[in-house]
Order: sequence, then structure tokens, then C-alpha cells
Amino acid sequence: MAFAGGGLRRSTSVIRYFIRRLAALVPVAFGVVTLTFALVHLVPGDPVVAMLGDYAAPADVQALRHELGLDRPLWRQYVAFLYDLAHGDLGESISQREPVSRLIRERYPATVELAVAGLAAAILIAFPLGLIAGADPGGPADMGAMGFAILGISVPHLYLGPLLMIVFSLDLGWLPLTGRGGLSHLVLPALTLGAALAAILARMLRQSLIEVSDSDYMRTARAKGLSRPRALIVHGLRNALTPVVTLLGLEAGALLTGSIVTEIIFSWPGLGRLMIAAINNRDYPLVQGCVLVFALSYVAVNLATDLLYSAIDPRVRLSR
Amino acid sequence: MTARRNPALVAGGAIVAALTAVALLGPVVDRTDPLAINLSLALAGPSPGHPLGCDSLGRDILARILAGARVSLGVSIVVVALSLAIGAIVGGAAALAGGRIDGAIMRTVDIVLAFPGILLAIALAAILGPGLLDLVIALGAIGWTGYARLVRGEVLSLREREYVEAARALGARPGRLLFRHLLPGVAGPLAVQATFGVGGLIIAEAALSFLGLGVPPPAPSWGNMLDTGRAFILVAPHLTTAPGVAIGLSVLGFNLLGDGLAQRFGRRR
Repeated sequence: MAFAGGGLRRSTSVIRYFIRRLAALVPVAFGVVTLTFALVHLVPGDPVVAMLGDYAAPADVQALRHELGLDRPLWRQYVAFLYDLAHGDLGESISQREPVSRLIRERYPATVELAVAGLAAAILIAFPLGLIAGADPGGPADMGAMGFAILGISVPHLYLGPLLMIVFSLDLGWLPLTGRGGLSHLVLPALTLGAALAAILARMLRQSLIEVSDSDYMRTARAKGLSRPRALIVHGLRNALTPVVTLLGLEAGALLTGSIVTEIIFSWPGLGRLMIAAINNRDYPLVQGCVLVFALSYVAVNLATDLLYSAIDPRVRLSR
Repeated sequence: MTARRNPALVAGGAIVAALTAVALLGPVVDRTDPLAINLSLALAGPSPGHPLGCDSLGRDILARILAGARVSLGVSIVVVALSLAIGAIVGGAAALAGGRIDGAIMRTVDIVLAFPGILLAIALAAILGPGLLDLVIALGAIGWTGYARLVRGEVLSLREREYVEAARALGARPGRLLFRHLLPGVAGPLAVQATFGVGGLIIAEAALSFLGLGVPPPAPSWGNMLDTGRAFILVAPHLTTAPGVAIGLSVLGFNLLGDGLAQRFGRRR
């Protein structure tokens, strides 16, 4: 925008970048779909025998195999799978006798809600911690904040969840134990899910702030007479944010799958619990559908952060 | 000296060394059977005979933590070693071969990386069924990609160095070139990534066992101890505290060691 006529050039380069990224998505999405299919169909172990048990009558095995279309040649199964997928059809759940796509559509919003809340929790914790630590590296506040951060990385969420339940639901009685409902139901699962990301982000923000404070423009700002914290917030923070946003994008997709364990701990009615239940019921069409939706969401989130990032930092789309 | 300049390396190294000692010697020193059931002691709190108390079947928790250390650490280390070996060979081969082979290998890596790691492991473990070997395969199948990328990148930059040029001029074959001259140059960054990898795998193993897809009971792993303890969290929180702290401490140790090694090799994470 600084150079004359930049506005138009900028918007076309943004559009061109978007198109290029979207085009690059096609083979990856195709690969994800193929790998998911291969996972269920090529990995040793017969899903039909697994569903019916080792002692099922051969006739029953044959019947179910035919019903699921597993007696057709593999390439025809694959083509049929792609055809159905293109029509939004993920097959029928064996355990619930309902279309997989409907079951997933019912549960998906809960998982997105949890992931977004986890992201919000991570950001709300990470920013104060990172700022406090980065403003005075080596000081007592830094030691405290970074000690807290390394604890956040180390305590696994499958232990943090039960721990938070004991303290805030059972001992203090402030928050509900499990289930989905209003905002109060969301607090503990969000904290559980976001804690590790908060710790990683806080460490990154601190590191980034320390690097920024060594730069020339920060020295100028200090020379003008600004105090160190004030110079950091007014001039440094904006520049320090770029690597933090990158990391946030890289890790945001992981929240989707991190939610699997969190959903189990808090009996959260999302896609993760649906998938684990499907695994326990050996409901392979449902497992396949859940894996596919998780993976494609992950790809989509990564694409979205790429695009967002290119909007923030023009250097990204100018390179390559 | 080192403690001053690199406290993370010292602290992490100490924790990891202590854990290794516990895993190797623990079950030898403490001869309590981790599988011995004693229902009269179900959910018993800590006592002199059972320092960490007993679980829902009256099994000694300390003995199970010690036996679980072998499983949890053992699985993580074997998986890292396996992923590292596959990743180094695949990544090195891609970089040396170049062209279409390189392209094909790296597209495969991209697609595997397009899956969130734990999801692929869950799906594989679900299809392979529970079992120690299946767990190692499921975790290894997702682990190699990161190492392949790292090795490929480093080999591509090392390939043009004069000493590699010299070795090639002397007639070294690609295999010898890779193992004798290129991989040793990548050892530092690989060690850093592998150390963080062990920490990540301890959590992944625990998560899979927690979901009932990892180490099958009655064999103790920290993950399945957390899972079974969860049902009794109201009446006997010590069932979850012990494995929770064990996992946390191990992950902390490997993360600190990784930080320390990264600092030592002059790399940020």
C-alpha cells in the first residue's frame, strides 16, 4: 500500500495466491480421501470378522460382506466410495442404522465449539504470560511465567482434565462436572484442551518479544524516552506477533484431534466420542466417516490459516 | 559450568537418567507383583506396605507404575528409533535421488502429514486391534514423516559441501555417502527432534491406552492406569494421581532435555 497504485496490484496478488493455494489443496484432499479408504480396506485384519467375532458362521460373514459391498473388486469399491463421497454420502452406520453423514452432522458443531473455546482459552492464557515474561527476560516474573508454561506442556491433558474436575467441580463446586450446556460447561474442557497450546504460544511470544527488543527501531523508541514495557507494547508487540500467529495456525488444527481425549474425559457429545464409540462397536463405515471429516477439517483449518497469514504478511505471497 | 549455562540440559538429563534407572531397576528392587489381585485392599490409600496405595482390584500401584515405566518408556523409545531409522533412510534417499523419486516421496509425506498425527494412530490402532506390537506399528506409521523431512532438508544443504564432493569423487556409493558422510552431519538436529519425539510419544501412548486402543490390560501402562482410575476419581483420586505425575514428569524431563540439546546445538525449537 505504500507504493503508488499498490491497492489494485495487491488485491490481484491476493486472489492469485488464494487460487494457487486452493489448487494445491486438491491433490492433498484427494490423498487424504484415498489414504482413509486404504486404511480401512488394505490394513490386515478383516473388518467383517472383527464386527461379527471370530466364531461367526461363514454364511453370515459372507452375507455381511455382500451387504457392505466388500466382495467387489477393490478398485470398484474405491470408485463407488469416491462417487458416494462426491454426493455427500458416507454410507450407513452399522450400529445405529442411520446415514453416517447425518450422525456426523449432529455431532460436528459440539466439536467445533470445543475447539474454538480451547483456542480462545489458549490465547487468553498465553498473551499475558508471554508479555510478562518477554518484558523482563531473566527476571522473577519471567521465571514464574515460564515455569508455569513448561508445566502446561508437561501435564498431559488426560491428567489435567480429571485434575480440574476434582478441584473446580468436586471440591469447589463452581463448575459442572461433565456434559454440554451453557458457558459454564465449556470452561473446564476448554482449559484442558487449550493448556498445552497456551504454554507453547507463551514461550513463542516471549522468544519473539526478546528478539524484537534487540532491533534498531526498538532502540530508537527507547532513545525517544519510552519505557521498556511501553515501547514493547506500542512498537514491539505488532512485529512480535507474526511468528506467534504462524505457530497458532500450525497448532490450531491439532486442537480438533486434541478434542478426542477431552470429549471422552468430559462426556462431551462431539465427533471424537462418536468415533471412539464407533471403534468400540466396530462400526467401520462410521469410523471411516469420522476419520475423513476430522482429516479434511484439519486440512481446511491449515488452509484457512495460510490464507489469513498471507493477508497479514505480504511477504508470504510474494515469495515463490 | 554447564549447569549455569544450560540448566535445561542438566535438569532434563537428570530426570531422564532417573527415569531410565527406575524403568530398568525398579521392578528388580521392588519385587511386588504388579498383577497380584487382592480385593480386600481395593482402593486402599498409601500405607507402609503399599506406598502409593492400591487400585480397584487391590493391585499395588507403585509396582504397576514401575512396570508401566518399562512399557511406556520402552514403547516410546522403540517407536522413536523406528521412525528415526525409516525417516532417515527415506528422507536421505529422496534428497540423494532427486527429481521424480524425490517428488513422489515428499508428496507421500505431505499426505501423511495432512492427517493430524494422533488421528492416524487411532485409526490404525483401531483396525489393527489392541496389542503392544500393533501399538508400535500405529505410532511408527505416523512418526517417520517428520524425520524424513528434516533429514531431506539437511542432506540437500550438506550435499554440496566440499567433503561430500570429495567423497563422491573418490567413488563412494550413495548408501555409503548417506550413512558415512551425510547422516552424521544431521545427528545434532535429529537428536533434538528425537528427544522431543519421546516426550510426545509418551503422551500419545498414554492417550491411545486411555482410549482403550493401546496397551491391553491387565499389563500396566501409565495410560491404561489413568483410564481405569478415572472411574474412581470421586472416591480414590490417588489412582489417577500416580500415573498422571509419572507421565508429566517424564514429558517434562524429555522436553527439558530437548530444550537443552537444542541450545547446545545452537538451534531454536
